[in-house]
Amino acid sequence: MEPVIFSERADQIHRKGSEPFQLACDKESLAGAVSQRACVFCGSRVVLYPIADALHLVHGPIGCAAYTWDIRGALSSGPELHRLSFSTDLQEKDVIFGGEEKLYQALVELIDRHKPAAAFVYSTCIVGIIGDDLAGVCKKVSEEKGIPVIPVQSEGFKGNKRAGYNAACQAMFQLVGTGSTEGISPHSVNILGDFNLAGEIWIIRDYFRRLGIEVVANITGDGRVADIRRAHGAALNVVQCSGATMDLAKMMQERYGTPFIRVSYFGVEDMAESLYEVARFFKDPEMLERTRKLVREELAALYPRLQQYRRALRGKKAAIYVGGAFKAFSLIKAFRLLDMQVVLVGSQTGTTMDYQELAEICDDGTIIVDDSNPLELSSFLQEQEVDIFVGGVKERPIAYKLGVGFCDHNHERKEPLEGFVGMLNFAKEVYTTVMSPVWRFLPRRQRSMVQEAATAAEGAGS
Amino acid sequence: MSAVRAGRPKAKAGPYVSTTNACKLCTPLGACLAFRGVEGAVPFLHGSQGCATYMRRYIISHFREPMDIASSSLGEKHAIYGGGPNLKQGLKNVLCKYQPQLIGVATTCLTETIGDDVPRLVKEFIREYETSGDPSPLPRLVTVSSPSYQGTHMEGFHRAVRALVDQLAQAAAPTAAVNLLPGLASPADIRYLKEILADFGLAGIILPDISETLDGPQETTYHKIPAGGTPLAAIAAMGGSQATIECGATLKGQDTAGQLLADRFGVKLFQIGLPMGLRETDLFFGLLEMLSGRETPRQHALERGRLLDAMVDGHKYVFDKRAVVYGEEDLVVGLTAFLAEIGVRPVLCASGGDTGRLHGAITAVGADLLPEMPEVRGGVDFYDIAEEAQGLAPDLLIGHSKGYHLAKKLQIPLIRVGFPIHDRFGGQRLLHLGYRGAQQLLDRLINAILAKKQADSPVGYGYL
Repeated sequence: MEPVIFSERADQIHRKGSEPFQLACDKESLAGAVSQRACVFCGSRVVLYPIADALHLVHGPIGCAAYTWDIRGALSSGPELHRLSFSTDLQEKDVIFGGEEKLYQALVELIDRHKPAAAFVYSTCIVGIIGDDLAGVCKKVSEEKGIPVIPVQSEGFKGNKRAGYNAACQAMFQLVGTGSTEGISPHSVNILGDFNLAGEIWIIRDYFRRLGIEVVANITGDGRVADIRRAHGAALNVVQCSGATMDLAKMMQERYGTPFIRVSYFGVEDMAESLYEVARFFKDPEMLERTRKLVREELAALYPRLQQYRRALRGKKAAIYVGGAFKAFSLIKAFRLLDMQVVLVGSQTGTTMDYQELAEICDDGTIIVDDSNPLELSSFLQEQEVDIFVGGVKERPIAYKLGVGFCDHNHERKEPLEGFVGMLNFAKEVYTTVMSPVWRFLPRRQRSMVQEAATAAEGAGS
Repeated sequence: MSAVRAGRPKAKAGPYVSTTNACKLCTPLGACLAFRGVEGAVPFLHGSQGCATYMRRYIISHFREPMDIASSSLGEKHAIYGGGPNLKQGLKNVLCKYQPQLIGVATTCLTETIGDDVPRLVKEFIREYETSGDPSPLPRLVTVSSPSYQGTHMEGFHRAVRALVDQLAQAAAPTAAVNLLPGLASPADIRYLKEILADFGLAGIILPDISETLDGPQETTYHKIPAGGTPLAAIAAMGGSQATIECGATLKGQDTAGQLLADRFGVKLFQIGLPMGLRETDLFFGLLEMLSGRETPRQHALERGRLLDAMVDGHKYVFDKRAVVYGEEDLVVGLTAFLAEIGVRPVLCASGGDTGRLHGAITAVGADLLPEMPEVRGGVDFYDIAEEAQGLAPDLLIGHSKGYHLAKKLQIPLIRVGFPIHDRFGGQRLLHLGYRGAQQLLDRLINAILAKKQADSPVGYGYL
């Protein structure tokens, strides 16, 4: 039987405790390996998508727009232009003669129809090949229509999802600094790297409100163009999901001197620490006191309700495979809070530093993997005998076919998992899948029951 | 202005240059679905990594099954210097790890535009592999050209089916078998078709067969490649079959798999619409009677009888209801055929597909029953459909999940059919075809009307 791990990928898999930590990452996906990764376009699209009053036009054949139509659970409190899927739907003739004229006409038509606050124009693989002057067309339309029309250099083949994050940050950076910063409180932040899935950013904004902090711009959940334009007026950038928006934070630090901190809103520990860190930044004793009070109140409400889940889940084993490694830290801690053990953790786009930190907090024997694929994941899940797998839609059928529970922690999810309330939702979701009676009837489990009986019988007979 | 837009029938507004909320998917997705219906096959996209991942997610969300699609994962330097080396490496990796019987290689817009000659590259790969001394057996390699700027997922699907037949079917001794090319049907549909063929005593070769590969059971082991699918030997033998039945009203007269089998091997070709509703299914069963020399088996005749009985029982609920039907062209034709039979008035028949043959096909199935011909629109998106529907006062929407936004806006029921079903459970088990499919559709349609009537009524009737 051929081993499931490609020799080319052997250095992208590590077993904690087996040898000194070393993991290769940030490599191009191996051809034929069925990577779970998407492309540059995907990276840009997921970051910019939640900006709700912008027009998001995909310049390319229909697929790229069709597969990203209204898939994120990124909510808006106002306009919902982001939920529509716009494309130039390039045809063979456009590929031969160039798509610039079609792009121009499509942009004008859509801007006239929807009156967006700005437009993002995404480049796709084919546009990179036929050489349409995206920037030129955008500039022309911007002048004619009087709104920012921003090219996003997201040709699918020009790297992986991380390159797409960077392209998105470059695009947003063109907006930052173009709005008035008048009236912004000295106690103000931008929220970076929260996409308002299932309304999560509203939970976090409410915490900041209770702390007495003004949020200038949501980047990008429930995002608005005008807010991003004045984002440079905020005192601090609070960056979650560091892979996606860290580049913007760095650019803003360089040009506007805006400092940033890395936070995570997943799990109790990280949520509380994030708030404390923000409060400490402002060096305001009253704010710090308000933070203590908030955390105390939230925990007092949360802990009793967590107990029933904890009791039920104690000792169960979890596997994690997510897009960015940063989320995995919080998930490991969240599982620990539930007295569960993480035995596999991986990501599509983690960096050396991410994996280093992951290795430090993992238990011995945990498998750490970069840019994995269904064959590896299915084999690891079986080997580690996990009870629940956390991932996205593409990981779900792997778990279910193996008779393993599943929690969707990707951008399609419709349950808020951030904040203190998010921890409760997370526990509930884990409980819902792990404790279901259905697993008992699966042929895989039944076989092991028979084996157990056989072992017991042997033991009794000897 | 694209040729696609310019060629479509008159629109009330527009035509528009931009596309909003497409009512179609891209070409290689269809090719991957077709390859998934071949036994031991791994679909493989020659392009950038994102295409495979996006399509996997889209397909998984409907079928709730693993859907591995390999990719040659081209990067920037490959786009410049050619994707050949990555294609070959990818093929080698897939054959080592999956040990497939077949790899179905579909191109994407990227690799078509950079000009990779995939059939030649694959031939080179085979030659190099055979002399390399690698012990893993070489699978069959089938290639299909499926750039997303040509047609929709249905063109990709039919091209892949044609490519399979073209590259695998051989001259064979005549058999009594019947080739059945069902088009993009659900796994439940395919299971039902198998049952029908078996009941007629016919050896059938259904291509593709996703009945198990995309609706599999729980098992004790994890299959790298799901069990089921059309066996390669069966595809090879298609040239010897007594006849081919090819379903899809807009396929008639086109360069299809069925046509190829007729031209190359002299296999008699019957091109029919999707067997949906009464008359189109009667035609299908009639062909099976002819080819098998048997009468329709009693259990199927009974199903037909019950369908007719239900059509009578339910006729007043549905008569004169106005429906907007959208989706793949052949599905729209099949649905329209059935709706016309039960007295529903299709007021708009729309598709993102744009073969130019939708209007003729709708006329053929409905003209004698419908008091008025519906608006027929090919090459449209949901913006066009919504705009058109606004003035037509429809009572019902019939199509896949992506029409939900429109149904919500119009506050009318959406009867979900076809692919994708992303907002309901069990899309892979929906029946569309045959008497049984019509029965299920009729029940769902009437119940949707009743549910709305009940919900809208202040009285709260518990007896309708």
